[in-house]
Amino acid sequence: MMNAQSLEVPAMIAKRHDKLGLTDHDVVKMYHFMLKTRGLDDRMWLLNRAGKVPFVVSCKGQEAAQIGAAFALNPVRDYVLPYYRDLGVVLVFGQTAKDVMLSAFAKQEDPNSGGRQMPGHFGSREHHIVTGSSPVSTQIPHAVGIALAARMKGHNLVAYTSFGEGSSNQGDFHEAANFAGVHRLPVVFFCENNKYAISVPLRKELACEHVSDRAVGYGFPGVTVDGNDPLAVYAAMKEAVARALDGQGPSLVEAMMDRMNPHSSDDDDRTYRSKDELEEVKSHDPILSFRDYLLDCGVLTEASEKALREEVTVEINVATTYAEKAPYPHPEQALRYVFAE
Amino acid sequence: MTVKLYIDSIHDALQEEMRRDDGVFVVGEDVGVRGGVFRVTQGLIEEFGEARVIDAPLAESAIVGVAIGAAAYGLKPVAEIQFADFILPAVNQLISEAAKMRYRSNNDWSCPLVVRAPYGGGVHGALYHSQSLEALFHHVPGLKIVMPATAADAKGLLLSAIRDPDPVLYFEHKALYRWIKDEVPEGEYTVPIGKARCVLEGDDITVITYGLMVHHATEAARELEKEGISTELIDLRTVAPLDSEAILAAVRKTGKVLIVHEDNKTGGVGAEVSAIIAEKALFDLDAPISRLCGPDIPAMPFNPPQERFYMLNSEKIAQAMRQLAAF
Repeated sequence: MMNAQSLEVPAMIAKRHDKLGLTDHDVVKMYHFMLKTRGLDDRMWLLNRAGKVPFVVSCKGQEAAQIGAAFALNPVRDYVLPYYRDLGVVLVFGQTAKDVMLSAFAKQEDPNSGGRQMPGHFGSREHHIVTGSSPVSTQIPHAVGIALAARMKGHNLVAYTSFGEGSSNQGDFHEAANFAGVHRLPVVFFCENNKYAISVPLRKELACEHVSDRAVGYGFPGVTVDGNDPLAVYAAMKEAVARALDGQGPSLVEAMMDRMNPHSSDDDDRTYRSKDELEEVKSHDPILSFRDYLLDCGVLTEASEKALREEVTVEINVATTYAEKAPYPHPEQALRYVFAE
Repeated sequence: MTVKLYIDSIHDALQEEMRRDDGVFVVGEDVGVRGGVFRVTQGLIEEFGEARVIDAPLAESAIVGVAIGAAAYGLKPVAEIQFADFILPAVNQLISEAAKMRYRSNNDWSCPLVVRAPYGGGVHGALYHSQSLEALFHHVPGLKIVMPATAADAKGLLLSAIRDPDPVLYFEHKALYRWIKDEVPEGEYTVPIGKARCVLEGDDITVITYGLMVHHATEAARELEKEGISTELIDLRTVAPLDSEAILAAVRKTGKVLIVHEDNKTGGVGAEVSAIIAEKALFDLDAPISRLCGPDIPAMPFNPPQERFYMLNSEKIAQAMRQLAAF
């Protein structure tokens, strides 16, 4: 597709991010976060396979959507209630590679839970990440409550909550969406549709075509975007965030993507996905396509891209070493914090 | 001191605390314009407005779940479940979320939430408007449960519940609403959570109970007094955490204990009270621990004879007390 800009810069494709108000620096940062998310995910998987970490849950293939979504939010102003795959979002909101590795190794210093919870159960008051659990969708009404409370206090913010398409079948999603719709609360419901609820494929999960079709029933807009394209996700999220801050109420953004790994380290997706399908998924890796975009439009060079990768690898190596050596919590610590002390 | 009905005491305490602290708000079904189906929240919407007295969509998990989010943000929600029987859709939110937010975040997040729920039978409520649900939650670390029996405690425990930094279930008995009235202290009157109350002092037998049964047991004790049997009567007031110290002291005083509750017997709060006594005061006992509870049937029927059959009353309690005294 040709347009005026591409004619002026014939060697490069149009910078789609310009139109979204993102600078070259912003998109490099986005890519950096995508690489870090992927790198941490791959490392945790490897550590699991090496017997060093008992359980991990992967976000591989969902990084573009997560980073695109998080970049439309403001970590100082907004609150996030992420589901267990939303590693990219919590990194943008301030968690570090070291934090993630401390959680993977379940060490005392893990900022999410002091080593109490599995990896992927995020939480940090400092970074506006509300503590989460394992039963799916329970965080969605909490996001509505955060938005309600903020409005009562006169704070203009957005409560972002994410969930898989499988979880959009839970009552808590529907009850929360309805509540937010009735009260026109500043909530962004972000569905990461990776087309599987563990082994159950989309056609057995939904009778409607899109999860976003459900929004109309609750009186707010729902859109479906390409979750492999961080800029498309960013654009949709930006609009949802603007609506929320403007008092227009909630939105549902559904990002379509592929889960490149099994559901968790204990799952084997070869038992329910064909070889062809798994190969096909690899061919639209969002990290590769965004890298190509950044190279094509001249924001990155082969050399600077390689340097970024190396920087991420070093950071993850340092984090892994630190976390592996860090102490576990004392056994008796388990008795603390049932109630306020 | 003003003599108030139990229901008015709850209403007034809520109103006072909402005036004192603008972080306190009410959310539930029919709590706004209607003022609650029992009228506990009557007039609050007129005084505090729709923003703080929220008529929620009919969805219990959202009522509790949204309140949890607001509590995490730092407000003090008082969620109302219209009948305790209907709290079950919100159990995941209560047990997986509210009870564990502080623990699972290693003290980073908390959930200062109150859930009020009218419970109990004897009001022609049939299977689904009569139940006592405390035993389901009693097992769960991270939840506190209060069950006031008097108008004064209704106020004192509600203020304590709202000010507590952790989630508190506040079960109020429907039959007490417009039956019981007593003197309620003015102003900032609180009753500590986790402290039982000695209703009557006595030397022959000890009765431990809570909720509506406190009144039936009091009547029974007065009856037995005429027969020369004196009763130490304990109102637990808080069923989680239990006041072990008060339980043990009262049992040691008489050596004979009867535990009474309206809820069915198996796995009830009385089972835990009984275990505490068996573990710590077995050799102070002069008779086996006895329990008088609702029968182990799913819930009480609608027809009056069977409802009366289910419900304990002062005669049934007096009979159990006589047997214990005679042991």
